[in-house]
Amino acid sequence: MTVPDAWYLGLSAVLFAIGIVGVIVRRNPLVIFMSIELALNAANLALVTFGARLGSPDGQALVFFVMAVAAAEVGVGLAIIVVIFRSRHRLSVDDLSLMRW
Amino acid sequence: MTPIPAPPIAWNALLPILVLAGTAMLVLLADLLPPRESKQHLGALALAGIIAALVIALVRWGTDVCGFRDMVRLDGYALFFDIVIAYAAALVVLLSMDYLRRRGAESGEYYALVLFAACGMMLLASAGDLIIVFLGIELMSLSLYVLAGLFKSRRQSSEASMKYFLLGVFASAFLLYGIALLFGAAGSTNFERVAAAAARNPHDTLLLIGVALLLVGFGFKISSVPFHMWAPDVYEGAPTSVTALIATGSKAAAFAALIRFLTTALRPLQPDWTALLWILAALSMTVGNVVAIAQTNLKRMLAYSSIAHVGYMLVGLVAGGPQGTSAILFYLFAYVFTTAGTFGVLTLCERTGGTPEPDGDGAVDVREYAGLGRRSPALAFALTFFLLSLVGIPPLAGFFGKFYLFGAAVRAGYVWLAVIAVLNSAVAAYYYLRVVVYMYMREPEGAAATLAPSFAGGLALAIAFIGIVLLGVMPAPFVELAQVAVAPLLR
Amino acid sequence: MSTSVWLIPAFPLAGALINMLFGRLTGRRASWIAVPALLGSFLAACAVFSRVWHGEIVTARLYPWIQGGEFTTAVSVAVDPLTGVMLLVITGVGFLIHVYSVGYMHDDPGYARYFAYLNLFVFSMTMLVLASNFLLLYVFWEAVGLCSYLLIGFWYTRPAAAQAGKKAFIVNRVGDLGFGLGVMWLWVAVGSLDYADVFKAAGSMEPATATWIALLLFMGACGKSAQIPLHVWLPDAMEGPTPVSALIHAATMVTAGVYMVARSHVLFERSGVALDVVAAIGVATAVFAATIGLVQTDIKRVLAYSTVSQLGYMFAAVGIGAYAAGIFHLVTHAFFKALLFLGAGSVIHGMNGEQDLRKMGDLSKRMMATTITMGIGALGLAGMLPLAGFWSKDEILAAAFFGHRRVLWGLLVAGAFMTAFYTFRMFFLAFFGSPRMSREVAHHVHESPRSMTWPLVILAVLTTVTGLAVGIPLEHGSPFERFLAPVFARLEEAHSPVAALALAVLSVVVVAAGILLAWMLYHVRRVKAEEVGQPRTWVHALLLNAWYVDAIYDRLIVQPLYALSVLLARAFDLGVIDGIVNGLGRAVTGWAAGFRRLQTGFVVNYALTMLVGAVLLVGYLLTR
Repeated sequence: MTVPDAWYLGLSAVLFAIGIVGVIVRRNPLVIFMSIELALNAANLALVTFGARLGSPDGQALVFFVMAVAAAEVGVGLAIIVVIFRSRHRLSVDDLSLMRW
Repeated sequence: MTPIPAPPIAWNALLPILVLAGTAMLVLLADLLPPRESKQHLGALALAGIIAALVIALVRWGTDVCGFRDMVRLDGYALFFDIVIAYAAALVVLLSMDYLRRRGAESGEYYALVLFAACGMMLLASAGDLIIVFLGIELMSLSLYVLAGLFKSRRQSSEASMKYFLLGVFASAFLLYGIALLFGAAGSTNFERVAAAAARNPHDTLLLIGVALLLVGFGFKISSVPFHMWAPDVYEGAPTSVTALIATGSKAAAFAALIRFLTTALRPLQPDWTALLWILAALSMTVGNVVAIAQTNLKRMLAYSSIAHVGYMLVGLVAGGPQGTSAILFYLFAYVFTTAGTFGVLTLCERTGGTPEPDGDGAVDVREYAGLGRRSPALAFALTFFLLSLVGIPPLAGFFGKFYLFGAAVRAGYVWLAVIAVLNSAVAAYYYLRVVVYMYMREPEGAAATLAPSFAGGLALAIAFIGIVLLGVMPAPFVELAQVAVAPLLR
Repeated sequence: MSTSVWLIPAFPLAGALINMLFGRLTGRRASWIAVPALLGSFLAACAVFSRVWHGEIVTARLYPWIQGGEFTTAVSVAVDPLTGVMLLVITGVGFLIHVYSVGYMHDDPGYARYFAYLNLFVFSMTMLVLASNFLLLYVFWEAVGLCSYLLIGFWYTRPAAAQAGKKAFIVNRVGDLGFGLGVMWLWVAVGSLDYADVFKAAGSMEPATATWIALLLFMGACGKSAQIPLHVWLPDAMEGPTPVSALIHAATMVTAGVYMVARSHVLFERSGVALDVVAAIGVATAVFAATIGLVQTDIKRVLAYSTVSQLGYMFAAVGIGAYAAGIFHLVTHAFFKALLFLGAGSVIHGMNGEQDLRKMGDLSKRMMATTITMGIGALGLAGMLPLAGFWSKDEILAAAFFGHRRVLWGLLVAGAFMTAFYTFRMFFLAFFGSPRMSREVAHHVHESPRSMTWPLVILAVLTTVTGLAVGIPLEHGSPFERFLAPVFARLEEAHSPVAALALAVLSVVVVAAGILLAWMLYHVRRVKAEEVGQPRTWVHALLLNAWYVDAIYDRLIVQPLYALSVLLARAFDLGVIDGIVNGLGRAVTGWAAGFRRLQTGFVVNYALTMLVGAVLLVGYLLTR
């Protein structure tokens, strides 16, 4: 039995939506960040699916780039979160409102 | 065993980027060696790398190289932006050498990160493939996220870094998903192949959703309304020299990729995105200018004003054609000098009264500029000119930038958009001139300190100043340059 | 051959640069550079003028400026009779005012800065009239505005001066907005901005297009030349040093609008409607400003409103097609108004900075030269025979009368009466009657130094002789008119000399009546300081507050705009967007039923805005 393309794409869309909603409803930067990673992986899934459908290895090649970039993002992101945590001892994006208007 | 054939590598197409990346590594290495107390030599080293990249870009003017299966393209267009970006980076490095020393925050990584960010920007300018756009944006942005949080102990700085990071990555997710959808619709991420697919079936749902998501990502990077909300906070919180880089280089690079993407890959959809950008342009100009009026923090005011300037530049994209497109290039060139100069003066101004806090920001409130004309005539004079160029007073660079942009819009039949733009630039005069009024026509409130920019800072201001005057008095050669640069896009 | 044309702007530019860059070195000696620079400029202008006099049109291409695709323009200049006359006025009056400034600004700490700005202004103004295309005109149009702004706010330690400078700039921006749009439209319609091309194309332009372009250009003229409804900045501009008021806000810059309309008369004629608008605004301003002038108590503000009013006369003239008359009035006005301002400056100088007419009186005893020259200037402004003002004003009145614009004519005659009245009201209040100043000031009153009185004398001579020399209407118009004929290519048709004479007599009678009334009210009757300028009726209060135009603008434009900005910053970004965002957020939460509480932090708001934007983008592209 083969799973049709559309299912993969549907899963990818759902993952993306969960990621985006996660960014909006969560307040812990770590969780927000994880949600964004989820959205990135949704894009990866879509890329692989399209690559398989087209029979081209490009889709998978792109995924490698994205994974490398995502790893770099994790590095930078965690560093920034640590800096924030050190100065405030709390982690919530609601605290980040020194600057507004 | 059959050997894997080595793919051809077009070193030529990456030359300026390679020089910058190499210099960045050198800076990191040299950071480990003595002298440890001062890092001025690292700044000089970074500057040398940028100048080398600039010289390469100038020497290679007129050539056109493609490489990596047409993913990277170093044509006149890319070279033009390489020059713009190199100027922006050079000005920022010069300003930073002064600014960071005053704030006691000099470090080797800083210069390396500026260079890496510049690499990402140049990559964006050369991108002929969506994946290069993604890589360029990420390389640039990751460096900038870190730079924005440079003043670790200053809460605004780390907050800016965090906000910039979270929202930037959020925007990247949209961008990447858009790329994935475009890949699915076109079977390739190459601009040419996307164009072919779009021409075959311009109303493919997958394609249109992909384009919209990509525009979200670009909209964030150029900070166009409604993707602009990060800009004021980040501009305010980031160290001023980093703000200058975000406002000039990253904006120019994002525009470079956006213009190439829209005019080559999405040419079949031109009517669609033109109508869309019309709205974004009008919104950006109006929101940016109107909100800027109520600001008293100069960095915040300039952030809103930069949103407005994005609106002006989008007018050029709406107008399209060789005129509209080359007008954006000229405007960006002028904008880089003007904005770098404005932020440059900000980096050089100390708070009035009391000593500057070690990680502080210098004077950013408009009230602190009261009487600057008396305390520091040269700085006040320079800032006046930069602001007048932002207003668009002839014969400074900003005037001709606006003239070409709005003229192109009128010529292309977008009279109403041009009228909105002209009205907006009239409103803008108000808040820019308020600063001038403070500098020359108000008495300072606190104890006045005299300022003397160091050689590096003075040099940066002088370059920016000469830039805006030269572009204003003799715009002809630069307009021609911009027109040559956009020619390959519009074939 | 382009010799010497470029010298006209080059001298003041060099002077400005030297004093700007080496202001610390030149210091007190700044005038040694600035004044000879103007003299050089004036001599160069004379040389060029002599060639124009012999029927030559001097042109020069300084350098190619913009060469991009289909749009090419050069920094090129052309001197025809109109420009020649303007150049002589600018450099000539400019030179006298520079000389005067040497004395007037003698003790000012910003001596070098002052002369640098003044030179810069003369440079910009000469370039403005020299320009042979609209783009260059626009560039220097803005540049003179900038100089004016710098000089109004010259004494920036006075809040009023700073405020006035800002006001001038902003009001002018409103006008320039129209001007910029007009120039842009012109480019679209014609494809070139060179005068020659534009005026050639104007003949065959759609009248509707011509009307719009002309009206937009005229909007710029309204701003620069302080016509209704953009006149509000000029009276406030009097906060600048008095020689600046004389040079920029009376003699030269404010007349740029008149020059521009006269220069583009082909375009305005093509429209027809635009010309009527010019005439209507001109007449309305002439009368309106004159009414305000009747009650002012500040010597400089009287002159400022009279300038606005006289500019209205000039616009009325060009609006009814009497271009030469308008330009002639521009020239004579430059002489007598500069004279009056410099005289007022001399009074202020002698009274130690006092500008209030109520605290003057009886100055004629101590300041003979000033009194006599001011008297000549006042007669000139009132338009009394045989001074220059009479001839130029009479020509405008005649043009209105014979052009069958009887209503306009009537209004202009009424304006002439008011002009005569308020001019002499000022004159009598300042120089005659009993002294009303305090004892110390009275003791201090003195005549001004030579460098200040000599320019007064020369201007008085010019005011007296110009009309007699070139303004007497002969069979084919006055000599001045015939000289300008090549530019305007239209001579007034001859009208019956009897009627013309009758008009002239009437005009003299009206002026004499105005002077007489002023003499009776302010000279014969004893003037009490506390009675002057005290509003006794609502009409008086209305006039004293300049018809409340400023208050209305503040209420209707300035305050709402600022409120809107605050609203957008606070309420829109945080209220409306937050509101939408919160609402959406609630919807999202309700949908993702596991998250009960929602307390949007700011990053979240920003992300939500982006999401909303993204959804709208997708929706837009899909439904198109």
